[in-house]
Amino acid sequence: MDTILVVVEQREGKLNRVSWETIAAGQAIAAQTGWTLEAAVVGSGVAAIASEIAGKKVAKVYDVESARLEPYTPDAFAYALREFLGKHPAKLVLMPHTYQVRDFVPKLATAMQTTAITDAIGYRYEGGKLLFTRQMFQGKFVADVSFAGSGPYFVTFQNGSFRADKVEAGATAAPVETVTIDVPDSVVRNKPQEVFKEAKQAVDLTQAEIIVSVGRGIKEQKNIELAKQLADALGGELAASRPICDNGWLPMDRQIGSSGQTVAPKLYLALGISGAIQHIVGMKGARSVVAINKDSEAPIFEIADYAVVGNLFDIVPPLIEEIKKAKG
Amino acid sequence: MKILVCMKQVPQKDAPLKLNDAGTWIRDDVSYEVNEPDAFALEEALRQKEKHKGEVVVVTAGPARAMQVLREALAKGADRAIHLEGDAFVGLDAYNTARAIAAAIVIDQGKDEKFDLIFTGLQSDDYGYAQTGVILAEILGLPHATIIMQIEKRIDQNDGGIRVKRELEAGFFQFVDMPLPAVLTIQSGINKLRYATLIGIKQAKTKPMRKVTMAEVQSAVGGNLQKIEKLHVPQKSKNTEFLEGPPAEVAKKLVEKLKNELRII
Repeated sequence: MDTILVVVEQREGKLNRVSWETIAAGQAIAAQTGWTLEAAVVGSGVAAIASEIAGKKVAKVYDVESARLEPYTPDAFAYALREFLGKHPAKLVLMPHTYQVRDFVPKLATAMQTTAITDAIGYRYEGGKLLFTRQMFQGKFVADVSFAGSGPYFVTFQNGSFRADKVEAGATAAPVETVTIDVPDSVVRNKPQEVFKEAKQAVDLTQAEIIVSVGRGIKEQKNIELAKQLADALGGELAASRPICDNGWLPMDRQIGSSGQTVAPKLYLALGISGAIQHIVGMKGARSVVAINKDSEAPIFEIADYAVVGNLFDIVPPLIEEIKKAKG
Repeated sequence: MKILVCMKQVPQKDAPLKLNDAGTWIRDDVSYEVNEPDAFALEEALRQKEKHKGEVVVVTAGPARAMQVLREALAKGADRAIHLEGDAFVGLDAYNTARAIAAAIVIDQGKDEKFDLIFTGLQSDDYGYAQTGVILAEILGLPHATIIMQIEKRIDQNDGGIRVKRELEAGFFQFVDMPLPAVLTIQSGINKLRYATLIGIKQAKTKPMRKVTMAEVQSAVGGNLQKIEKLHVPQKSKNTEFLEGPPAEVAKKLVEKLKNELRII
């Protein structure tokens, strides 16, 4: 019987909650394939996290320890996991698709002469074969991807692909085994400094009930004003996709997406936003999505409740007037 | 500093894409452009060269059309280009793309190019692997850092190393000190892009462009370790209602929805 290993993510000794989604994925695949599900936490002094995971329906939890694993470096993590997998082989290794994981997984897979399917959003098990689905062309298509070679097969799952609240608890606590890895000094070449936040967040978009968000379709900086008027009319906050903030048209603290804020408003009104994956992960929790875009194939329409295919400069001015009228 | 920039040609952002008959790839009769983060990677390389002297070399893997990306890079100020040319490079997975590039730069006329820095964009807009740069680092035995927003030579330490600023999630950042040579994947927005000048475009025509065929790097390339079985249009997770009509009418309909369905107003 093959083994599925979920490597949960911790940062500075705290479990990254997105790891629960990966465990849910592992439990689902294990139930379908009949394979054994195990989990591992990698770090320095992270036994408490291993115990937390052991309460879930997993056969075993490994606490993979080395003083060199804190602070995080890709060199130490890839080395430690390679050593670990050498002693405790797994056929399938699952991780959340975080900035940390994508920093070391390609290195780890390459060192083991295998590959990683990154940013997957689901899987299928057909005729004894595992297929993983991932978005391509900025979400315009979804691809079924299979592994060749003998593995281990690495897969990283995008945020929100599985539901953390579906994680099944175990009947009894799973055994925890501590595996200490000797990571030699010479392995770690990077010297990371403290993690910091650039400036204090002037605006907390996570609390906003209504967000009007602008993308490339706004075309010029002076047109931001139009979106601002719409946001004001609705009593909402103004936000943007990454390119707008990169251009300096709106401050970085108004950026929605994987590198910006993650929001869940009642209404997310997307103006000229195509809906690249990196943006979608930051707003797919919105209760309702309205999208206005001139490209009828824009991926944003796939998650929109109401969609308008057209020129935002034609539609927004009368929309502002109608909102004002409706509000009296 | 001798810097290599790995660049890729991808379909234009708003180009309507259609699947081929087999449903395994897109039809290639679309407009192409340079992958956006790669343009920022090139710009960063040019800025580093302006500060520290040296050479900027650009490389791409793809069919004849991909040469356009290299031409533009030369026009903006890159010194020379390497084109791994052929349709055979299109379907390679990230592992084999990295192996082909590694083979082309390590065995340049029998000698290692010995780059101080290798840049890639943080990911491509087509496959979106976000892997090729990191894999290249592992193959070449170099340290790497991903999603870079700033690069400084550490003159204070005088150890020849660099300090880079990594972007983390949710507005967090981190500085990382690392030795050279190294591989960095560059985030969009690290700098402001320049335009090619007329003189630049003229000079580009005389700059060296080395062509590398698949046959030359074949020994380094193996079978793909992951295979795209099928591409399909994503299934809608929501019942999207499309509002149609002239703008004034659409505005009315939308406000009606905001008021009566979503109860926002």
